[in-house]
Amino acid sequence: MNQLNNPIIEITNLNKWFGNFHVLKNINMTIHKGEIIVICGPSGSGKSTLIRCINRIEEHQKGKIIVAGTELTGKMKNIADVRREVGMVFQTFDLFPHLTVLENLTLAPAWILKMPQKKAEELAMTLLKRVQITDQAFKMPGQLSGGQQQRVAIARALCMNPKIMLFDEPTSALDPEMVKEVLDVIKQLAHDGMTMCVVTHEMGFAKQVANRILFMDQGEIVEENHPDKFFISPKYDRTQQFLSQII
Amino acid sequence: MTTLSDAGIEIQVFKPMPDLPAPLESVGIIGWLKGNLFSSKINSLLTFAALFFLWKTLPPLLSWTIIDATWSFSSHPCPTEKTGACWTFIFVKFRVLMVGLYPQELLWRPILTFVIFGGVCVLTALRVLQTKLLITLWFFLPLPLFFLINGGMGIETVEQSLWGGLMLSTGLAAIGIIMSIPLGILLALGRRSSMVVVKSLCIGIIESIRGVPLITILFMASVMLPIFLPQGMSINNLLRVQIGIILFSSAYIAEVVRGGLQAISQGQIEAASSLGLKNWTITCFIVLPQALRHVIPSLIGRCVALFKDTSLVIIVGLLDFLGMIKASAQDPDWLGYDAEAYVFCALIYWIICFSMSQYGKSIEHHNQW
Repeated sequence: MNQLNNPIIEITNLNKWFGNFHVLKNINMTIHKGEIIVICGPSGSGKSTLIRCINRIEEHQKGKIIVAGTELTGKMKNIADVRREVGMVFQTFDLFPHLTVLENLTLAPAWILKMPQKKAEELAMTLLKRVQITDQAFKMPGQLSGGQQQRVAIARALCMNPKIMLFDEPTSALDPEMVKEVLDVIKQLAHDGMTMCVVTHEMGFAKQVANRILFMDQGEIVEENHPDKFFISPKYDRTQQFLSQII
Repeated sequence: MTTLSDAGIEIQVFKPMPDLPAPLESVGIIGWLKGNLFSSKINSLLTFAALFFLWKTLPPLLSWTIIDATWSFSSHPCPTEKTGACWTFIFVKFRVLMVGLYPQELLWRPILTFVIFGGVCVLTALRVLQTKLLITLWFFLPLPLFFLINGGMGIETVEQSLWGGLMLSTGLAAIGIIMSIPLGILLALGRRSSMVVVKSLCIGIIESIRGVPLITILFMASVMLPIFLPQGMSINNLLRVQIGIILFSSAYIAEVVRGGLQAISQGQIEAASSLGLKNWTITCFIVLPQALRHVIPSLIGRCVALFKDTSLVIIVGLLDFLGMIKASAQDPDWLGYDAEAYVFCALIYWIICFSMSQYGKSIEHHNQW
């Protein structure tokens, strides 16, 4: 399969400001179907903002974002179409604490796809099985460990059967021994051919699964490289400096 | 006992000590007394002071309310040689205190209303119904009950000027609570809206109502409003007062709910919208259930306050429970029984308000409606 002919996310000349602060400067990037992109960089570099623009949780002011053939504009219909194709997992899990694990998963299919309750629950159980957490289905999120919560959050994002998954520092809020169980689930997804865009500091994970690594600093993409080269012979001194600090 | 291990070193065997009974003075009644009433010098002093206070107040209170009181059902004033309370007065006035001047021959209607209303209250307290069903039930409850009291459509109509007593108080309060909670939620949501017009309108309504005492609003509703209405159009007094109470209460509930809304993190809304949920779905199923749960104690507090505030309707000429108590105490045939009247009034108010706050406590405890 020729990946280059199959762009699923196209971002051209993206600019974004928070008030007067220029957070994203002239971002250009393309993600192809089945690709796994890891975005890293120091805090405040705009990496989270960039992926939050992809499903318009953040609004951009200039430039063009096309996701799965739909351009993100102010149009509510376009935004809804894009969000249906894009799942997202957050640093702080953000499960709905007043609903059971199962209800967290069935909410979106029941309300957006108008799926019958029984069918939605079957789908939810299948997905919980995929993240290996079926035994927790009837518990409240607060009763789960961080790692389990994040796996439920991944299952919840998968409920709408998205074509693309965005991960915003999925393991940053976890205890070290729970990081692995979450990364394993993400790796499994990668293995199954999901298109993914992951913001993370887990360099081992990046090395293992990424097709490309983007390094961002001060709102710009500094370097875009294959993981083998990125870690051994980065093109820019800024990348080298960053890597020397975290590894 | 010792044994020799393979290496020839002596290994000691650990034998746990048996449990001994706790010292007598730290458990049981003596232990409780010592720990809670006499734990320090000041505590002991306070305990004795409280006992002294009870010794001085409790016996006269008991003898007035129960032992020396007259409990007979007669239509004559109590014998003067009895020093205790004359509960006969309350028995004689009971009907007026409960339903006002509601016609005697139609009394089955308020009684049936009371049975239905009480039944729904019990169902609510026992948590036998699903939340959704319970809310729907309460929301539609006022309509049939109002019809039952008011009449119409073939049933004899009872003029609203004859309504009164506890029936009127609970009616005004119940409808006030049922209507002002949704209205208050809408105002709170409006106040957080990103649309400037909606936001300013809601802030204007909330702040102007909160800036005025309830008495003023009741006066406005019953005296001023008819002046502003076009000629020939009239809304009856009771309805105007009810609307005044609903508006007043919803402004306060809006502020309580807003506090709950602020406690919901942006992440919850982002997570929900990333799933593709629409704004109103997010509000109804993610934000509000959590926000309301945060504010249950203050929400119940508002409901209790609203119930007590209904006693202010006396100033616009409606004879609610307190009004009837006052009127009964001034009955020329039964003069001098003010104490009985107000003690009974306080007791009834206390029972209802205390039940409400206990229900609120149980919701917090069960974390469900």
